[in-house]
Amino acid sequence: MTHKVLIVDDSKLARMAVVKALNALRPDWPRIEANNAEEALAQIHEERPDIVLLDFNMPGKDGLAFAAELSRHSPRIAIAVISANRQAEVINRTEAVGATFLPKPLTEKALGDFLNTAVQGATP
Amino acid sequence: MASSPVLLTELELDALTELVNLGVSNAAGSLRDLVREEVVLSVPRVLVVTREQALANLSEREAKRLVAVRQDFEGDIRGRALLIFPEAKSMELVRGIIGSDLSAEDIMELEQEALAETGNIMLNSCLGTIANYFQRSLRISLPEVIYGEGDEFFGPASGGHANDRVVFMYINFAIRHRDIEGYIAMLLDLPSLATLKTLLAALIERTGGDPVIAPPHGV
Repeated sequence: MTHKVLIVDDSKLARMAVVKALNALRPDWPRIEANNAEEALAQIHEERPDIVLLDFNMPGKDGLAFAAELSRHSPRIAIAVISANRQAEVINRTEAVGATFLPKPLTEKALGDFLNTAVQGATP
Repeated sequence: MASSPVLLTELELDALTELVNLGVSNAAGSLRDLVREEVVLSVPRVLVVTREQALANLSEREAKRLVAVRQDFEGDIRGRALLIFPEAKSMELVRGIIGSDLSAEDIMELEQEALAETGNIMLNSCLGTIANYFQRSLRISLPEVIYGEGDEFFGPASGGHANDRVVFMYINFAIRHRDIEGYIAMLLDLPSLATLKTLLAALIERTGGDPVIAPPHGV
């Protein structure tokens, strides 16, 4: 079974890095991309992704604020916030909104573990 | 003097912005350990400009008196990195770093040290992140705190060549509820800028990896 992944990051290079890891881990899963929270919201309505990978530092709404909204409105979506900012406060807030914190640079191992958990969570 | 311009592509500039953001995010973590409170740091914008444009960018937004922490670096790329704040804001930064429960006298005494340490953390983190991603090493000098006007940082008297370029970054900094805007500037000569472009292109190539065509059925 495949799951649709939405990658949200204002940096194309960062999205490329996530796509590369996804290609290695789940090459058959469809993925879509967005530049910022606003674009992501439109994609979520249209494409109904199962998993959303969010950059923390984005112009406009940051990844954490967006994760909070998203997890309130679409609790079925598995959300990860990706950041090089490993401050305890950031990690705690990420977990408090029901998202998973993944450190940047993103490793295949960390992404793979998150995707496995997300898939298990989605299985009834 | 005419010189062949080294222009970064949109994707190369995107990659450089991402590296700098990774660097300051790491720095935020280190500064957090220092101040024991969350530190918010981001670099919304990175530009590559001439020295004159860097000066103009600064004077457009800031009063004349500035304070900077300066570190020189050498390796495949060589140049000078500066963390710049308006002098009026530097005290805010110092209070943010060392706490405001100290007397004005103590703060004055610790100002240089706190600025040097903040600059050292931020600049080392940015340069270190860039070097790591490029799989290159950079030697970085000790931090030096300098006071002056923009001209003294970028003008002809500051050394280097007239056609050096400046990687100019706007940074937003919030520490103990104090918002401080500042700048990071990297002065590079043209050969170093050309090397930077080559290394960014190589990084993009590596990140893009081999094109993977999704197989028709799941693996």
